[in-house]
Amino acid sequence: MIPRPRPEKFRLRRTMMFLSAQKPGLIKDAYIYGCDSIMLDLEDAVAENQKDAARFSLYHALTSVDYGDTEVIVRINGLDTPHWQEDVRVCVAGGADGIRIAKCESARDVRTVEAAVLAAEKEFVREEGRTLLMAALESPKGILNAYEICCASDRMFGVAISGGDLRKSLQTSPQRDGIDMLAARGQVILAARAAGIQCFDTVFTDLDDQEGFEAEVRQNKAMGFDGKSLINPRQIRFVHQVFAPTEKEVRQAEKIVRAYREQSAAGVGVFTVDGKMIDIAFIPGAERTLRLAKACGMYGGDLI
Amino acid sequence: MKNAVGRDIPEFLLKDGKEVYQGKNYMDGKFIKKASPTTRRYEKPQESKIVGTIADALKLCGAKSGMTFSFHHHLRDGDYVVNMVMKAAIEELGLEDMTIAATSLGAAHDPIAEYIEQGKVVGIQTSGIRGRMGEVVSAGKLKTPAVIRSHGGRPRAIEAGEVHIDIAFIAAPTSDCVGNCRGIGGKSDCGSMGYAMTDARYADRVVVVTDCLVDFPNMPASIEAIDVDAVVVTDSIGDPKKIASAAARISQNPRDLMMAEDVAKVIASTPYFRDGFSFQTGVGGPSLAANLFLEKFMDEKGIKMGWSIGGICGPMVELLKKGKVGKIIDVQDFDLDAVRSINRTPGHYEMSASQYADPANKGAFVNKLDFVVLAALEIDTDFNVNVLTGSDGVLRGAPGGHPDTAAGSKCCVIVTPLIRGRMATVCEHVVTVTTPGDCVDVLVTDYGIAVNPLRPDLIECLDRAGIKHVPIEELKEKAYSIVGRPDELQWEDRVVAVLEARDGTILDVVRKIKPYTAD
Amino acid sequence: MRIERPAVAGTLESSDAMVTVEPGEGLSLELASSVMNTYGRQIKETVLETLKRLGVEDCFISVVDKGALDCTIKARVECAVFRSCGLSEKDIPWGGEVR
Repeated sequence: MIPRPRPEKFRLRRTMMFLSAQKPGLIKDAYIYGCDSIMLDLEDAVAENQKDAARFSLYHALTSVDYGDTEVIVRINGLDTPHWQEDVRVCVAGGADGIRIAKCESARDVRTVEAAVLAAEKEFVREEGRTLLMAALESPKGILNAYEICCASDRMFGVAISGGDLRKSLQTSPQRDGIDMLAARGQVILAARAAGIQCFDTVFTDLDDQEGFEAEVRQNKAMGFDGKSLINPRQIRFVHQVFAPTEKEVRQAEKIVRAYREQSAAGVGVFTVDGKMIDIAFIPGAERTLRLAKACGMYGGDLI
Repeated sequence: MKNAVGRDIPEFLLKDGKEVYQGKNYMDGKFIKKASPTTRRYEKPQESKIVGTIADALKLCGAKSGMTFSFHHHLRDGDYVVNMVMKAAIEELGLEDMTIAATSLGAAHDPIAEYIEQGKVVGIQTSGIRGRMGEVVSAGKLKTPAVIRSHGGRPRAIEAGEVHIDIAFIAAPTSDCVGNCRGIGGKSDCGSMGYAMTDARYADRVVVVTDCLVDFPNMPASIEAIDVDAVVVTDSIGDPKKIASAAARISQNPRDLMMAEDVAKVIASTPYFRDGFSFQTGVGGPSLAANLFLEKFMDEKGIKMGWSIGGICGPMVELLKKGKVGKIIDVQDFDLDAVRSINRTPGHYEMSASQYADPANKGAFVNKLDFVVLAALEIDTDFNVNVLTGSDGVLRGAPGGHPDTAAGSKCCVIVTPLIRGRMATVCEHVVTVTTPGDCVDVLVTDYGIAVNPLRPDLIECLDRAGIKHVPIEELKEKAYSIVGRPDELQWEDRVVAVLEARDGTILDVVRKIKPYTAD
Repeated sequence: MRIERPAVAGTLESSDAMVTVEPGEGLSLELASSVMNTYGRQIKETVLETLKRLGVEDCFISVVDKGALDCTIKARVECAVFRSCGLSEKDIPWGGEVR
């Protein structure tokens, strides 16, 4: 079994790439494309009569493939199916970093999965609380309950919008300017930020429409998303490009973090950098910028 | 006797001055006496050289058992001519002990496997060998070991008289009544006819087989009537769909694109990447896709490619039309865009295989090449490349111009995924050495880049450009950590194929494989 | 485990293997692989080890391998065996017999 480090709740998640857990050719080395997280799918990508086979395949992939620094998340089947409990067991037994709850609609859904995860952690003698959770919001009800969902568990690291079904329920279809999802995206970002967790936008499925994809990614970044779900490795590079900080932001963040470390060692809580007043509230943002910069190859220092 | 790439060459092959491979440029400065064919005089004016059937042409040319017939592979997987000729020779004329000397053989030639099994075809000389024929030769059914040569090694061997062609067969998309041939204007167009040119000049007899007779004179001719004895007109010389694909498309496979971009980055980091540089690339997924990224780097640097050679396809022609490459010199065409362009688009020229890659002539194009991007079935930690045998030890590939361009170019980049299915491409020892490691400079895989330690200058270039690279051993270990260490292939003593280096020395041999059975 | 009825798992896609199990007496393996000469022995070992771990003693098993990694071969054999007993859907002994 390949040992994996304890999952980090707050880490860089610009790109999450979906892969069918049932396709050995895909899952054996999907990490080479450099996405931050891979999402092994037991749900829509796997036919109803192959759910069992996909779990065997997933278990051995999780325990024998060295995914390195790439985060490994598994999308489990919905709570309205007979599959999700066994899905949770295999995820925990195999040591997945996190579980994505499909079609999540309430805090109760999160807690239902959490209970199953805890039971599995006990059953398979895993560190309790190790397995992280995220929720996919795919219905108007899920979107409206975003805040309670975000706050439902300590294991929750993020929420994602899943656009396919949601657009249908909203009686709309993909629009160039993203107006179709504006309300949902806004609501989810507010909820995630209020709860202090991450948020991810839905997939862009038309691989031939590069222009539309790029526009959507830029809008995601402008709205404040942490990252995006992807269906093809070709999409990774552009997202990383857009989510990269500017040179100026990196230098500024570096100064802030350095000054903060020096000042707090000297017992000072509030100080100025380039004439701007800085206190502890600036630090998480500045550290996040540096982490991003490091991942983008823009920062080689040792502050992070 | 061990050669310079560590392969044990059996003594029985080292006769008549044959030597084992001694390293790159070993033959430089030596002299060869060129062979000359014995050809019939056609002094009396002839209205036409057309004869009724292949069998008639064979009789006219005095075909006998034990002869060597030559063929060229511009019709690729669509070729009908090899099978047509051998059928007439063996089944109609009852000839035996035949040797086929082809520039390459492929999937189109499965029926020849039957003649090998019957013992009617006893010798094969080729660059490529695949499909059924590869299987029967690997199984030891061919009476003499097949001789595998590169595209440059073949004209060298013909010129040196090591291969004597009794009758050369020219598959001609168009010909006139006396045998002036072109690769365009017919129904089975292939464009360049470069591989056939040396054959036509050095064979005792030359027979043109065409399915499109055109008015005399068919000019400018790729194969000239001065070398031709007979012309046979048939219904069809090949399947156009398999001769040239509609258009070679640049891969959309993300893995190919990722590697292609790294290839372009490596190229752009070297001092040879300057205005007027020369370039050759294969048509495989990542090799061809390298064009795309290279164009971007050329634009950024404001430079143009001087010339490009090799097998040519649409994306390169596109660059020519856009004025981003000065000239294309073409030995073979892979798609209709290239077929339609040769000798028509200004700057798109035809050349012979000798002009392309022969190490024994005085000015092959490969020797002026800055970059070549090539694929590999396997590459080992000494950078030796195998493009001939599968990991199961069976013949299923072609050195083609691989060893020639690798040896001639200033920077040879091999691009290949680290693993294919359960095969480790980067391995400890390749099954067969087709291109020696001293000719290979950089390896680009989906798991990382490695530079041949023989090229510290290139290592410096990559470091300066911030391109990460690792020792090739690290890539091999990574590959084995994923697929597991393969068991050693088990061989019998019988040599089924001899792999000649481009200079005529012996690089490697392929023996008969002992297959593994689970029981 | 006892093979109760014929069951199949896997596909003939590249990097996958198709495994069929049927009731039989003793163990009998039929193996075809695209990497037979280099990995045939190891595939055979993996299949037999997996069956042993699952406590399968009587079984006819056919493996058509298209270059699958060891982890895939194990997964396909296990799934076929569990399917043949009607036990593939839940309470799999992850990390126990399945590992």
